[in-house]
Amino acid sequence: MSLLEVQNVSKHFGGLTALHNVTFSVKAGEIRGLIGPNGAGKSTMFKNIAGFYKPTQGDILFEGRSIAGLAPHDISSLGIVRTFQETTLFQELTVFENTLVGCHLQAETNIFSAVLGLDKGKQKRAREKSMEVMEFMGLIERRDQLAAELPLGSQRTLAIATALASGPKLLLMDEPFAGMNPEETKQMMNLTQKVNDFGVTIVLVEHDMKAVMGLCEYITVLNFGTLLAEGSPTEIREDARVVSAYLGGGHRH
Amino acid sequence: MSKAGILQIAGILVLLLALLVLPNYLKYHHQDFMIFLFINILVVVSYRLMTLTGEWSLIHIVMMGVGAYTSALLSKNLGFPVWVSMPMAGVSAGLMAALLCFPLFRMTQFYFLIGSFAVGEAIRLAWIFFVYPFGGSSGVSSIPPPELLGIDFMEPIPYFYLVLSVVTICLVILYRVENSRFGLTLHAVHWKASLAESVGVNTWKYRSLAFIVASLFVGIAGALKIHYLGNVTPHQFGVGTMVFVLIWVIVGGYNTFFGPILGAIVLSVLDESLRDLEEFRPAIYGVILIAAIMFMPKGLESVPSGIRQWFSQRKSPG
Repeated sequence: MSLLEVQNVSKHFGGLTALHNVTFSVKAGEIRGLIGPNGAGKSTMFKNIAGFYKPTQGDILFEGRSIAGLAPHDISSLGIVRTFQETTLFQELTVFENTLVGCHLQAETNIFSAVLGLDKGKQKRAREKSMEVMEFMGLIERRDQLAAELPLGSQRTLAIATALASGPKLLLMDEPFAGMNPEETKQMMNLTQKVNDFGVTIVLVEHDMKAVMGLCEYITVLNFGTLLAEGSPTEIREDARVVSAYLGGGHRH
Repeated sequence: MSKAGILQIAGILVLLLALLVLPNYLKYHHQDFMIFLFINILVVVSYRLMTLTGEWSLIHIVMMGVGAYTSALLSKNLGFPVWVSMPMAGVSAGLMAALLCFPLFRMTQFYFLIGSFAVGEAIRLAWIFFVYPFGGSSGVSSIPPPELLGIDFMEPIPYFYLVLSVVTICLVILYRVENSRFGLTLHAVHWKASLAESVGVNTWKYRSLAFIVASLFVGIAGALKIHYLGNVTPHQFGVGTMVFVLIWVIVGGYNTFFGPILGAIVLSVLDESLRDLEEFRPAIYGVILIAAIMFMPKGLESVPSGIRQWFSQRKSPG
């Protein structure tokens, strides 16, 4: 069974159609690339899945359950967590505190136990989980540094660590390689693979074709808000429609 | 426990002891001043809890009034002992806040600020408009003081002890809230609401809870105030008073728990010593606010560490 099923999803903003009748599905354990030229609707699709937008039409199923229109925090509690396009972190908090916020779902407490200290066991487990995640992501040496002081590569790593701390089944990564040099991109690719090997299904929106082709077994291409093509990296690279869409020669609807 | 922790607790105990002794050596007028100062400290610290989520409201002082009116009416008209009506003041302010969450937290930032002002004024107008039971613009007077073992709470010294103990308990609770998981989540909501949401934080819920808890404590502060004054009027809770709260918080610095307390103390003492210059007070406050924003944007609390830094930079060459 597919982990994520996007069924005939359309999204209109007033008269503008950002997505039109898009259908695709993602298997558990996959790394799926979602690509397309600028304005193709990739980010809109992401926001629909993560609950930041509600689809105008169609449905989105996660583990067979409809999630279209749920609030973002409800969707993340089901196991879909997104990272953001720009490096989005709690800049004012340390690396450790960032991952600790990521443990929210398991460590959430009510105000009375917080004041009376009745949630000690829970908070201890959250700290352990944070340590585990930092260890896994290679951030343990930087645990007491402020997020704002980290180099770009580590900031992106931390963003993924924070997402990972919340225990996602499906990780939506929005342009994780943007603005990175080849060396950083390579490291980030290894890390993405590592997270995937750990058992997390990944969908990534990305412009860096080399990274997408290197990581994904299967790629979904959007263009002008519609599904243009799907297939393996080789098939996509040789697909005439995809090539012309990227070169700007595609016909407009 | 660490050495620094023990020192800190010892310091607080010494401070409390000093505060217990102090009023006996003060003039009547200064005893009054101490009572209102401590009530104001509770007002600014509870307001800080609200600002942790990044939302600044103009309704805080009106919520203080909700507590004040509740306690006044319960004790005067229904004969509740003040020991019951005072916690009820907190509960009613909290409940009022819970109701207001639905309209108010559809907005954020500037819109929330203005929305909170509008709702606050509506509540204040209701107190003026409904003469029964709120007493119109002259409010409610001859509110009974608390009673306990024949202690005369009309006198400032016993009342100061009452205020000191209630405010200390409230501050300890608020401090623990801020330094718990709950406080961390409030910070997260402030700094990156969308990121907090994506890891499962219900930001609406946390904004609301911060508002409710802040209102609860300021409601208690309101009750403390009016049982000492003996009367309550809508004018005590106008936007003018709210502006003072904002100035205390901003001048003191809102990045730490103690900043607003420092602001309230320094500015109240200053205010007290400027009593002879009555007509210049607004102007002086204005100058202080502008100077604070220009020269110490992190508030008074940042001054000691700033000085320390300056000295250490001078000592170490290069």
